[in-house]
Amino acid sequence: MAGVQVANVSRSFGAMKALDDVSIDFADGGFYALLGPSGSGKTTLLRQIAGFDFPDAGRIAIGGESVERVPVEKRRIGMVFQNYALFPNMSVADNVAFGLSVRGEAKATIAAEVQRALDLVQLGKLGGRRPHQLSGGQRQRVALARAIVTKPRVLLLDEPLGALDKALRVDMQIELKRIQREIGITTIFVTHDQEEALTMSDRIGILRDGRLVQEGPPEEIYDRPQSEFAATFLGDANIFRGDATGSGIRLQDGTTINAASGASVPAGAKASCAVRPERIQISTGSAKPDRVDANTLEGKVSKRIFAGNSSTYFVDREGQTLKVIVQNTGAERLAEGEPVMLSWSPDSTVLIAA
Amino acid sequence: MADQLATGSRRGLRPALPLLLPAYLWLTVAIFLPLSAMVFFSFMTDLPLAGKEWAFTLGNYAAFFSQSLYSTLLFASLRLGLEVTLWCVVIGYPAAYVLAKVLKGRSREAIFLLVILPFWSNGLVRIFSWAMVLREGGILDTALNAVLPFKINIDLMYSYPAVIIGLVHSYVPYMVLTCYLTLQAIDDSLIEAGRSLGASRRQVLRRVIIPLSMPGLIAGSALIFVPVVGSFMEPRILGGRTGTFYGTVIEDQFVAVFNWPLGAALSFILLAVVLIILALAAPVLRRAG
Ligand SMILES: Nc1ncnc2c1ncn2[C@@H]1O[C@H](COP(=O)(O)OP(=O)(O)OP(=O)(O)O)[C@@H](O)[C@H]1O
Ligand SMILES: [Mg+2]
Repeated sequence: MAGVQVANVSRSFGAMKALDDVSIDFADGGFYALLGPSGSGKTTLLRQIAGFDFPDAGRIAIGGESVERVPVEKRRIGMVFQNYALFPNMSVADNVAFGLSVRGEAKATIAAEVQRALDLVQLGKLGGRRPHQLSGGQRQRVALARAIVTKPRVLLLDEPLGALDKALRVDMQIELKRIQREIGITTIFVTHDQEEALTMSDRIGILRDGRLVQEGPPEEIYDRPQSEFAATFLGDANIFRGDATGSGIRLQDGTTINAASGASVPAGAKASCAVRPERIQISTGSAKPDRVDANTLEGKVSKRIFAGNSSTYFVDREGQTLKVIVQNTGAERLAEGEPVMLSWSPDSTVLIAA
Repeated sequence: MADQLATGSRRGLRPALPLLLPAYLWLTVAIFLPLSAMVFFSFMTDLPLAGKEWAFTLGNYAAFFSQSLYSTLLFASLRLGLEVTLWCVVIGYPAAYVLAKVLKGRSREAIFLLVILPFWSNGLVRIFSWAMVLREGGILDTALNAVLPFKINIDLMYSYPAVIIGLVHSYVPYMVLTCYLTLQAIDDSLIEAGRSLGASRRQVLRRVIIPLSMPGLIAGSALIFVPVVGSFMEPRILGGRTGTFYGTVIEDQFVAVFNWPLGAALSFILLAVVLIILALAAPVLRRAG
């Protein structure tokens, strides 16, 4: 087992900077999610760590040992591909045995290790099948068993659950997390899916256009995004733009919004505030907020979407549409067109430098 | 994919018949009828031309077994087919690999064009060009003597190697094409998966890529072996006196001796032998793949 250090790594394809000075420390035994929109460089970063591709600049170390000149097959990594990449000419057991057998292990050792790996992914009885006789979820498990049976130092997964349907995906998320805990392997997980990143990982790195936008534990990124992009990419956020006041911002119409956390921006500079839809209280016009320093705004409900356990209100004010999510507590529901008062605490507001 | 195939076959053949009919009509007219005529000829004592007398006989087939010349030549032709096929694998497979897995974009198109270029030139032109290259005082001889400090005589013309060179040149594009198609269908991520599991490039080639490209190798080999065993043009022009093979003997019966019945009988014996070889080889090769 080993951690991975990526330091100032850049990689260009022609004029296109796929990775631009990215530095991340992947902790030993941790579960790290790389999140970002399509084309942001997630796969490219994973391929540098795996050794399928080499950086133009920067350092990559696995377990403290520099690997820039080490070819893939010597890096002792395990990789799970989005399309599974199982060898169609081999049985499930032979697929899993491949890594051990190219290493020249004894037949009996291989058989025992393969069986243990297949049991771990709960496919102990399917060793004799061919990959095309398996379901998507089963193939994914075989790919996982094949990747971990060689006891790699790092497990790299490139959108491994992308091809599965929602229910199976949730099952596999739990399974993957269980296996990762059981063997305690450093895991780097690429995903498009923010919910997957939030629920599974110890740390998240958000990439955009080849740059690392923000990284940290899921709670920290969600509660204290450092950019509008991070705020809106991971979860939903209402963004207000204005001039910094020292304790928040002043909007164009003079309304002030106080923020208790976030960047420190000199008064007068351009800044924005982000607030999560579920942190906003919505009430009919006259109600008073329970805190004196609470941020308040008036608006009009333009749309309500009922989703069972919650309702989403879209509230129009001053040409901006705000989103508010209210848990279904049985309280009276607001009608479209109704004037409302929005209020939320400065503690729920993050100041972001422009 | 498997599901699609299953539903396809469940719908049955009937809807496909109108689509298949033109092909079957053409095959009947173009292949089945002439072939039946040939089967008929092969059992005749003489051609029924100009009112000549003829009768049914098995003599044409018996001739093959009574004269050892024919079986010796057939054996030589089978060896020629095997050698040419092997050379085509040795030359064509790496070329197909480079085309499918190494080159990208423009350079791939350009090299691809070069590979199939022989298809576009007339077969005779191709063979006579080789004659110019291989003969003494020809292009190869002159070029080598211009470069080398000592005098050597290169005269490959009218020799077994010349026949091999000509045939390999004519048939290697088939091997490149069939292997290219199967290699291209192999996902690059399989190669990367193999390498990430600790296999060297060579191990990945041996244990993943070659087994998966077996269908292409087999198809290419069948496409080459069969016509090479019966070939006559290259052996005659490039082989000269050494170029007597089973195919040239058959050709003689049709164009020189006018013994069509014997020519037809020899052809069908060749066909039977080739079919037997393919039938024997198929299960072995399938297991290898
Ligand atoms: N081999 C390559 N040649 C040229 N450009 C490439 C190559 N690989 C990646 N790129 C470019 O680099 C950028 C980053 O690609 P990458 O595959 O890392 O994105 P990604 O974040 O994995 O996206 P996705 O979520 O769609 O998989 C893209 O603009 C892509 O077009
Ligand atoms: Mg990707």
